[in-house]
Amino acid sequence: MKRLLFVLSIAVTTVAHAEIVERTLDNGMRVIIKTDRRAPVAVSQVWYRAGSTDEFNGSTGVAHVLEHMMFKGTHEVPAGEFSRRIAAAGGRENAFTSRDHTAYFQTLQKDRLELALKLEADRMANLNLSADEFAKEIQVVMEERRLRTEDNPQARLYEGLMATVFQAHPYRRPIIGWMDDLKNMHVDDARDWYQRWYAPNNATLVVAGDVDPARVLAWAEQYFGPISARDLPQRKPQNEPEQNGVRQVVVKAPAKLPVIALAWHAPRLLDPETDSDPYALEILAGVLDGHASARLNQSLVREQQLATEASAGYDGVSRGPALFMVDATPAEGHTVAAVEAALKQEIARIVRDGVGEQELARVKAQVLASQVYQQDSLFYQAMLIGEWTTAGLDYRARDTRFRKLKEVTPEQVREVAAKYLVDDHLTVARLDPQPMDTKPARRGFGGRHDF
Amino acid sequence: MISDRILVFLTTLALAPTALAGLDIQHWSTPQGARVYFVENHELPMLDVSVDFAAGSARDPRAKSGLASLTRQLMSLGAGKYEERDIAEKMADVGANLGGRFDADRAGFQVRTLSGKVEREQAIDVLGAILATPRFDAGILTREKARVIAGLQESETRPDYLGAKAFQAAIYGDHPYALNEGGEVATVAKIDRDDLRAFHRDHYRARNMSIAVMGDISRAEAEALAEKLASGLPPGEAPAPIPPVKPVEQGKRQVIPHHATQSHLFMGLPGLLREDPDYFPLYVGNYVLGGGGFDSRLTKAIRDKKGLAYSVYSYFMPMRELGPFQIGLQTRREATDDAVASARAELERYLQEGPTEAELTQAKNNIVGGFPMRIDSNRKILEYLAVIGFYRLPLDWLDTYTPQVEAVSRDDILRAFRARLRPEAMDTVIVGGQLESPPK
Repeated sequence: MKRLLFVLSIAVTTVAHAEIVERTLDNGMRVIIKTDRRAPVAVSQVWYRAGSTDEFNGSTGVAHVLEHMMFKGTHEVPAGEFSRRIAAAGGRENAFTSRDHTAYFQTLQKDRLELALKLEADRMANLNLSADEFAKEIQVVMEERRLRTEDNPQARLYEGLMATVFQAHPYRRPIIGWMDDLKNMHVDDARDWYQRWYAPNNATLVVAGDVDPARVLAWAEQYFGPISARDLPQRKPQNEPEQNGVRQVVVKAPAKLPVIALAWHAPRLLDPETDSDPYALEILAGVLDGHASARLNQSLVREQQLATEASAGYDGVSRGPALFMVDATPAEGHTVAAVEAALKQEIARIVRDGVGEQELARVKAQVLASQVYQQDSLFYQAMLIGEWTTAGLDYRARDTRFRKLKEVTPEQVREVAAKYLVDDHLTVARLDPQPMDTKPARRGFGGRHDF
Repeated sequence: MISDRILVFLTTLALAPTALAGLDIQHWSTPQGARVYFVENHELPMLDVSVDFAAGSARDPRAKSGLASLTRQLMSLGAGKYEERDIAEKMADVGANLGGRFDADRAGFQVRTLSGKVEREQAIDVLGAILATPRFDAGILTREKARVIAGLQESETRPDYLGAKAFQAAIYGDHPYALNEGGEVATVAKIDRDDLRAFHRDHYRARNMSIAVMGDISRAEAEALAEKLASGLPPGEAPAPIPPVKPVEQGKRQVIPHHATQSHLFMGLPGLLREDPDYFPLYVGNYVLGGGGFDSRLTKAIRDKKGLAYSVYSYFMPMRELGPFQIGLQTRREATDDAVASARAELERYLQEGPTEAELTQAKNNIVGGFPMRIDSNRKILEYLAVIGFYRLPLDWLDTYTPQVEAVSRDDILRAFRARLRPEAMDTVIVGGQLESPPK
């Protein structure tokens, strides 16, 4: 989680043969269908507007645990059977949980899409959530946390950074949950979560591929239509109070190389038509880190040789507050303090001197191209629609967004750097590498097979 | 977007079957002797190109392990008229992306560009310079060596890296496949500019090159593009073969101490050739053992029933010479013995009884039914073209895939698995190891 993805690639789709059909079912479920006939394939994604940001202290990680439990059986479809049936149809399936949403997806031959819709509708309403299955699956989730976070120094740094950047907003909590919360989680926590959020009026179905929209709408009506809407819990904004002064956090973990990460509070995209700063921040990230010769790599890694890696990122599409982040790994013989100073100097240089027209044109050329490239992935096209929709944005505004990115001026880039990348709104996180403790395990080295 | 329910499976056998008509692979050689594989498709205004050379880590001298990787890396950091800085800028100016590929067999580059004449010609011009006239600037070499060494040192703190490396060394012994792809701290330190130049001269030759092209250009344009890429290279000769892998007689077990909260298991042996008479029985059979995600016996036994692991898998990786078969998992330290014994028991049971008819049917249904998704994008098709080209697989390899999967029987699987996977020959590496209570 050290790197933020550079998200300029979320641009518009203008492929001539693509069309989008949308309908809201009577129970409030949104259905969005994008036809793309390049291959005889269909993607189904069900997006729930419930992620770790909706959790409470003491049961962090429950959104993700429920995601795991969604494969553990309904009244009609026993545990494991969902995956088996999709696999038998040649399908691929998985799910992911983020801060803002939980999504479930299948990719199938186009004539097998109905199976996915039928199974998804079933588990939206009829999940078993048995205590036995929960007891095993929570162990799996703890293994996942060990693998992704406990034994990963960069992930622990990111966790520490988020917990410092945000004091009030729930983005301070890790998506996978704190280990102690996982250890103390009860099946009733999962049941409660399911009851709160797994309702058609909190879900969006996105289908993309070589499909007949009328047919898909009919299936959606048939399978999801009978599920009743429920009152959703009130969502509190939990706005982060303004930060007044730099914050610091140090994470010690066994590692070889230190890492320095800087995060500033930044605006997110609220109105794609009238906003301008989020677009300028995206371009700024591209100026710093859009390609191998962009400013951070060129200056810190190649010319000054202070760092072995340096990157920048900004993602303005989210339900909660956004951040602008840069990070770097100091090269041998250079301190994190020197690298931090160099990172800040690159930003100061933009604030002082601005950015060049050619530099800006280069970033925009990449945006333009990414608009074409993203059409190569059906899954990604569906993903963009789902992300925008769950973030509360109109996916159709992605066309607007592309136009707005092209309109960003050098002066706007300079202005957002000056306005947002200020020390009072900064959190600095350092990974302080510790020597490896390699106490031998019980059996020590060597030996032949003893199985 | 952080927590997938399961790690992406190792789909290293992922060359696909066919049901789709219309993957019309055109093949020819340039006058310089480079082999070209082309699929013409005008649906999107974009073009993907990859070039591969038999210049992977299996070509490294042992004392300078890491040379092949460093050569490939330096090639794109200054070439011909392009300064280091120019390369990324010229690509970015036209919205093109430059990528790379490196393993024991292959070293290569990939370019994705818009297909307009101006854009693609600029991108291909830069790629041509990278291939033919890399500068290997001394100052850049010094800097990149320091970066590679820092990366290796960081990796050496990671249990997954340590385990994979020890496993590779154990199963391959003195074969070049034992060499770490990125080299070692001590061997990278010894590499100099002359080494890079010599490695480049000896390996980056037209007759050692395969070119894959996918997308929005005509045959004539593809021919011109391929010739431009090949024309800067000397024809050279086809590369010397990689020596065969000697079978392991008696596997060993190592436990590598580590502070991590999980133990990591690596168990297996050299198992599969890229062109292997048992390719399909082993691939289909492995779906049932540990390749088929939630359908696999390893996942059912160790993850679903016992809750011992998030990720547990087995795979065969086909390579020019015998590529690895490996079983892997990660589990909390205090469950190490239980998980390792369970994995071993599942393997032995599978070698005894093979798949059931129901399991075999499920495997075939998934592999055959999933075929269209394997070639549903330009990027995926490019990857298949590159493999077919590099390994000189038959052009109809994709067309014959489905019938070959369908033809596999339980007996084929049992015979092939018993012949390849002798348990006593397997090496086992455990990073971490059994503890009575969790580490702090």
